[in-house]
Amino acid sequence: MIRVTRKYRFSAAHRLHAPGLSDAENVELYGKCNNPYGHGHNYEIEVSARGPVEPRSGRALDPVALDRLVDEQVLRSFNQKYLNAESAAFRHAVPTTENLAREIYARLQASWKSAFPGPWPVLDNIRIAETPRNIFEVSEIYG
Amino acid sequence: MLITKRVEFSASHVCRNPLLSEPENQELFGAAANPHGHGHNYVVDVTLEGDPHPVTGMVLDLKKLKEIINREVLESYDHRFLNYEVQPFDRVVPTPENIAIDIWKRLEPHLARDGGRLHAVRVYETPDLFVDYFGEAA
Repeated sequence: MIRVTRKYRFSAAHRLHAPGLSDAENVELYGKCNNPYGHGHNYEIEVSARGPVEPRSGRALDPVALDRLVDEQVLRSFNQKYLNAESAAFRHAVPTTENLAREIYARLQASWKSAFPGPWPVLDNIRIAETPRNIFEVSEIYG
Repeated sequence: MLITKRVEFSASHVCRNPLLSEPENQELFGAAANPHGHGHNYVVDVTLEGDPHPVTGMVLDLKKLKEIINREVLESYDHRFLNYEVQPFDRVVPTPENIAIDIWKRLEPHLARDGGRLHAVRVYETPDLFVDYFGEAA
């Protein structure tokens, strides 16, 4: 079994503001991240899949198929967007990078079989860096 | 405890399976099937698992690990055309998956004896594409 990881980048704006809390509580909780005009990041995502090496191709995963899937399901929706206003997932949920990681995992999992119809490879892990110092991971194991 | 030594090598390869036709190789590998080959600066992370020795405080001296990697892997791989000059890539397509498996096979017998069991081999073909191999058992 091999784990293959591919790295992608997108830039987006977000604002951390929980609708269930007062303005003062939001400022207290999120500080600068609550700025009403929002702010942006250069996000880096690592998508990991695992599977056996297929003898004919010598590969566990076709990177071109993964690139297409990630482009369609993730990059087109999020790149150069304001996450709060332009993504249905964040109408109600706060676009923290925790929630963004879960959303990306769910989107890839939901469309995985269209890109990889066989039993392998399977989606293993999403690792997303909001900045080089803030990193979030989600997988079947972590939930 | 896990300890990791990172090494680099540069090599050329072509992704084509000699058992397949030209159109099948093109279909499967695209630009990577160009028969003249192309190259990468590969980065390899070799990770060992073990407990620090009570006297030396080390799992395995990283200098010693580097010598083993140099002798068993880099002397064969560095500045070579993998398909033509390095076995088993005359028979096995030198994808990063197969390179990671081959590095594991080359290192594993030498590490089991020296303290620190081989835990993982990570091969970066580019900074944006890498594979991890944890041995046959995983």
